[in-house]
Amino acid sequence: MFVEIVTPDKKIFSGEATLAQLPGSNGSFEIMNNHAPIISTLNRGKVRIIAADGKEYSFDIAGGVIESAENKIIILAETK
Amino acid sequence: MGSLKEIRTRISSVTSTRQITQAMKMVSAAKLKRAQDAIVQMRPYAIKLHEILTSLSASLDDREDNKYGQQREIKKVLIVTVTSNRGLCGAFNANVVKRAIELAENDYRDLLAAKKVDFLTIGKKSGDLLKSKGFNVIANHNDVYEKLIFENVSSIAQELMDLFVDGTYARIDLVYNQFKNAAVQILTKEQFLPVVIEENKENTATQNRDYIFEPSKEYIVNELIPKSLKVQIYKALLDSNASEHGARMTAMHKATDNATELIRELKLHYNKARQSAITNEILEIVGGAEALKG
Repeated sequence: MFVEIVTPDKKIFSGEATLAQLPGSNGSFEIMNNHAPIISTLNRGKVRIIAADGKEYSFDIAGGVIESAENKIIILAETK
Repeated sequence: MGSLKEIRTRISSVTSTRQITQAMKMVSAAKLKRAQDAIVQMRPYAIKLHEILTSLSASLDDREDNKYGQQREIKKVLIVTVTSNRGLCGAFNANVVKRAIELAENDYRDLLAAKKVDFLTIGKKSGDLLKSKGFNVIANHNDVYEKLIFENVSSIAQELMDLFVDGTYARIDLVYNQFKNAAVQILTKEQFLPVVIEENKENTATQNRDYIFEPSKEYIVNELIPKSLKVQIYKALLDSNASEHGARMTAMHKATDNATELIRELKLHYNKARQSAITNEILEIVGGAEALKG
């Protein structure tokens, strides 16, 4: 699945990933390949992403929203 | 035209002025590039946010409870003007101020008479101009241009949203220069609050899919509206910033051209004066020699 993390200032991540862990408003959750379409708001916390090559990335966000559909995930994040 | 020396001093002074305007033009061109990049960087975020918001709010029936959308009786109005901190950019700042005053005098005439129209200025120029004209400027945010990032801008947006929600103002308008290209700025007036979300009735991809909404549609919309308001202000500021550098580039380009033209004219005068001085001298020498012969 393809993951993009976009902030108003710039794009901070873009690439293929196998797992994304997100600080959802209802608690932390993970998205893997072929997840059902979802829109959720995010709280302050860490976004953890495991890229297709096995590398792990971690981003601190202050909040945001995520849209995931058809293996394309867009995270609109605010950094602070 | 004055003496040779006078013309010479003028030529050298105009030449150094041209050097300055040329340098300023180049600096503006570089800054314009960066400002344009910032707009491009922001676009994906703004577009996606807008897409989610419009399609979600179309499927929601009651948005009455949205605290940013309340239509109240307009008792007090705030006009936000976005200008630059520095001058030398043509009519860039003056246009915004003119439009803002026009707005106050036409749309809010009665409120203006009752002193119920306030201004909040972003950028030193409009603050100074409006104050000198005797308008009520409640706050002035000039330092935001030092580091134009979302974080700084969002605190201004938050302040505006608070002023609306606590009932101080029932309407907030935004006047700024929208960026079209380096030479053209579009003077824009936007309603900031109460918020207007045009509903997207067309079937977009976001609407057709069977999404899971977490925690709920209403919650997401209420979370997204403040975000989109902040993005609106951020966009206005980025646009204005790019416009400013575009306007300054154009103004400095014209100034450089004018200086070149002026130098050309002065050189012509200088050479003519020099030539006639030489001719005079020769005439005097020849005349003197003739007199000696006789």
